[in-house]
Amino acid sequence: MPNLLIELFSEEIPARMQARAAEDLKKRMTDGLVEAGLTYGGAQAFSTPRRLALAVEDLLAESPTIREERKGPRVDAPEKAIEGFLRGAGLTREDLEQRDTPKGAVFFATIEKPGRPAAEIVAEVLGDVIRNFPWPKSMRWGGGNLRWVRPLHSILCILSSEDGAQVVPFEIDGITSSNTTEGHRFMGGGRFAVSSFEDYEARLKRDKVILDAAERADHIWQDATNQAFAAGLEVVEDRGLLAEVAGLVEWPVVLMGEIGEEFLELPPEVLQTSMKEHQKFFSVKNPKTGRIERFVTVANRETADHGATILAGNQKVLSARLSDAKFFWENDLRIARAGMGEWLEKLENVTFERQLGTQAARIARIARLARMLAPITGADPAMAEQAARVAKADLSSEMVYEFPELQGLMGRYYAEAAGLPAEVARACEEHYSPLGPSDDVPEGAVSRAVALADKLDTLTGFWAIDEKPTGSKDPFALRRAALGVIRIILEGDLRLKLDTYIDAQLVLHKIGLNAVKASTGEIDTLEEIIDEISDHGVFGGAFHAVLDRLKARDDAPDTGDGSLLRTVGELVPDISTDLLAFFHDRLKVHLRDQGLRHDVIDACLADGGDDLNMLVKRAEALGGFLKTDDGDNLLQGFKRANNILTQAEEKDGVEYSFGADIKFAETDEEKALFAALDAAEPEIAAAMEKEDYAAAMEAMARLRAPIDAFFEAVQVNSDNDVVRRNRLNLLARIRGICLKVADLTMIQG
Amino acid sequence: MTSPTAKPRSFQEIILRLQNYWAEKGCAIMQPYDMEVGAGTFHPATTLRSLGSRPWAAAYVQPSRRPTDGRYGENPNRLQHYYQYQVLIKPSPPDLQELYLGSLAAIGIDMELHDIRFVEDDWESPTLGAWGLGWEVWCDGMEVSQFTYFQQVGGHDCHPVSGELTYGLERLAMYVLGIDHVMEMPFNDPDAPIALSYGDVFRQTEQEYSRWNFDVANTQVLLKQFEEAEAECEAILEHPTTDPKTGRRIVMAHPAYDQCIKASHIFNLLDARGVISVTERQAYIGRVRALAKKCADAFVQTEAGGYAEA
Repeated sequence: MPNLLIELFSEEIPARMQARAAEDLKKRMTDGLVEAGLTYGGAQAFSTPRRLALAVEDLLAESPTIREERKGPRVDAPEKAIEGFLRGAGLTREDLEQRDTPKGAVFFATIEKPGRPAAEIVAEVLGDVIRNFPWPKSMRWGGGNLRWVRPLHSILCILSSEDGAQVVPFEIDGITSSNTTEGHRFMGGGRFAVSSFEDYEARLKRDKVILDAAERADHIWQDATNQAFAAGLEVVEDRGLLAEVAGLVEWPVVLMGEIGEEFLELPPEVLQTSMKEHQKFFSVKNPKTGRIERFVTVANRETADHGATILAGNQKVLSARLSDAKFFWENDLRIARAGMGEWLEKLENVTFERQLGTQAARIARIARLARMLAPITGADPAMAEQAARVAKADLSSEMVYEFPELQGLMGRYYAEAAGLPAEVARACEEHYSPLGPSDDVPEGAVSRAVALADKLDTLTGFWAIDEKPTGSKDPFALRRAALGVIRIILEGDLRLKLDTYIDAQLVLHKIGLNAVKASTGEIDTLEEIIDEISDHGVFGGAFHAVLDRLKARDDAPDTGDGSLLRTVGELVPDISTDLLAFFHDRLKVHLRDQGLRHDVIDACLADGGDDLNMLVKRAEALGGFLKTDDGDNLLQGFKRANNILTQAEEKDGVEYSFGADIKFAETDEEKALFAALDAAEPEIAAAMEKEDYAAAMEAMARLRAPIDAFFEAVQVNSDNDVVRRNRLNLLARIRGICLKVADLTMIQG
Repeated sequence: MTSPTAKPRSFQEIILRLQNYWAEKGCAIMQPYDMEVGAGTFHPATTLRSLGSRPWAAAYVQPSRRPTDGRYGENPNRLQHYYQYQVLIKPSPPDLQELYLGSLAAIGIDMELHDIRFVEDDWESPTLGAWGLGWEVWCDGMEVSQFTYFQQVGGHDCHPVSGELTYGLERLAMYVLGIDHVMEMPFNDPDAPIALSYGDVFRQTEQEYSRWNFDVANTQVLLKQFEEAEAECEAILEHPTTDPKTGRRIVMAHPAYDQCIKASHIFNLLDARGVISVTERQAYIGRVRALAKKCADAFVQTEAGGYAEA
């Protein structure tokens, strides 16, 4: 069976797109071939800066002939129907066969699709793949209409077997397929013909192209680590950079160079970021000093002077770049040592979001909330507030302006330079965490308070102005912020009623959003509500308490319909509920990844679910319980009880809720259930009180056997109405007791 | 590839070699546009001529001004006035990369010793409503040129596509000549009877313009000039296509485009004066882009823009 080799040779493909493009070529090409009937043994795709290649092994030489039988109209059908069928099938009358069926004599046709040679199919599929290639960005060039990532120059396409290779002939937008390609742009020896994949790969290597990106990456890493090792140093690992650099060269030549002495005092992260972002250099560390002292650059060619000119040039560019970084660093340190006041002042003129105001206003809100949250994370309130006040200061620094990805980290350096406490400096860096599902949550208590405050302020802010994420659109990364809050609470084992802080922060946003038009009295009242929320824990209570207090005052602000206070009072609870539901949705996604079903969480949301930590503990216990035999049976028993009860309640128009009396119990099973419920009820209540959900589940598990036995032996709908009602009330006890643990009606299955 | 050429010795020699090289390759060697612009792309030989179906090949030096980059002549490589070398060929020839590499060889960059790389860098000009795909070209890790295939200009799809090359001349020359501070770069032959450095020619003007750009330019006057240029651009394009005096069809795309360039430069000056807030900035850029689009619309209604009388 023949092998297929394809190479699409173009001008330089962006490094970040190469791996994906090679995979897309493989997938689309092989899918197309298989769909056309050409199966194959194996396929491998490759990419270099100037080419995508695909090698398909053991391809069918031609697609199989396909016979298809089609049922036509009845033999006595109108002539028009028969003609229509013949037209559709591309046949004549003679090709038809009559067969008797239960519905009478019917025409049948056998259509034969003859197999086609591989070359014909390959040409067709490849043309299609090229025209519809999913590049993230594509372009036209010259006078042509074809789109590719950069101008496409040649297409190599051959089918090879023991008998030799033949070109698969086709043409696309002026490019004719051939069996030739070229090697390295500078070190290659011009175009050459190839006869198979092995020949292709070997000829490329001779012309200084390593086809396989993984092989280039390996070579770079080996050579870099060897050179570093020989100098007693080590290369800082960076897989993303390695993949990128492997996509920038066809013939990697690793060169190690020195970083000027005057730059070695820069923070290692600054050196690393500057070298990586601007120059694609690897950092080389001295394990003894921990400093980054050298760099590794990867050239795309060998030279007679063994890279001396290339290295000197790179070193010069690096010096210019690091001079800039050093200039920023020194300027920044001066401002940091003076207390960062200049930066904080600047933030008064920087807009965070048009409606939500300046960065300075945002910082003030976060500081206030961080102070409130401090006792929960175990931080000193004053320190949490102080940390929040300086945590964003580095946004004004020159270094962060130049390298935004260093935000937070520079904040830590600058806070240290300003002589602030270590916990505060640490919070400057950690409060952005976790940045994604794989990023750690902050460790420090102060960091946690600021991180929670920052994220909650952002979420409540965008909820207050109704800028919530929709579908795939989440420009302010609100989902990530919510997940961050969830993870800090869960991984930090923090206990807090989330809605208390959401409510307070929403009111704070309302103050900011209405600052211009609100009266002093109104602002003061809103401030009073915030204080009251912190004391009482709920917005509704706080709001009414403050409103009641206002009645006694002569100078009270307007609280009538349409007044600011009334609007806030009406809006905040709804927004707060909506945001808490958003947290629950994110929590479900988060826990689903850890194997906890969403309906189990729903079952535990009955009392609001504002304490996420407790919610999860309860859901985990319930999830574990439902996986046991007892749990599953109890659930069935509960559902049965609930169904019977619901039907009876609907029919009778009453709610059966209490009054079950053992004296009307007729059977042993009935009596046993009474006894079991009497025993379980206080046990469950006590366990729930202690938040010992496992114990509550265990107590509930002990109900399984008596409930099963009850349903086995007892007919609830007795003819004796007293007995029937008593039994229904007994079922109501089952329902009541179980619902105290969780809303089992939410559980599916 | 190309055999090593003797190293050039001055800034002007590098420019002259580029001129000769691209002249040999068939480009019309044009002169700088006689207005203040921020980059060589603004020259109508690029912006307007990249539109429409008629072939075009031009190369030129363009003095360019970026008022915010002024450093009083003290920064080793930042200037508020500098030179760009610009090449525009439509349709982009299949060997444009090789032609470009030939130009590097012509100014003394030995391909056998240096590492030349094409690194992804897509180009977008919000003020011109233009974008393209291409690379920044690295020589030993140093960006020496921009290489772009224009896809859209003034809101119009480019068909055929132009290939555009832009060389930052001072930076490139400093690299080739091995100079660390732009002001120390020989402008003419260092052995000439009157040898002049870049600083001899430009240090004083850098100081003068830095002061004027940052602190002195009359913002009230500039704001007024911006409005006037904008109004004039629009007014020019509102005239009927037939000239009442000659009876000919004359669409005044170029005079209108001059006003667009003027507005763009005045915006840059206002920006350097720090009187434009972040939100206003977007609005100003949008206004210039609207002018550029109208000029592009007008140009494709001209003969040079491919318009043919039905």
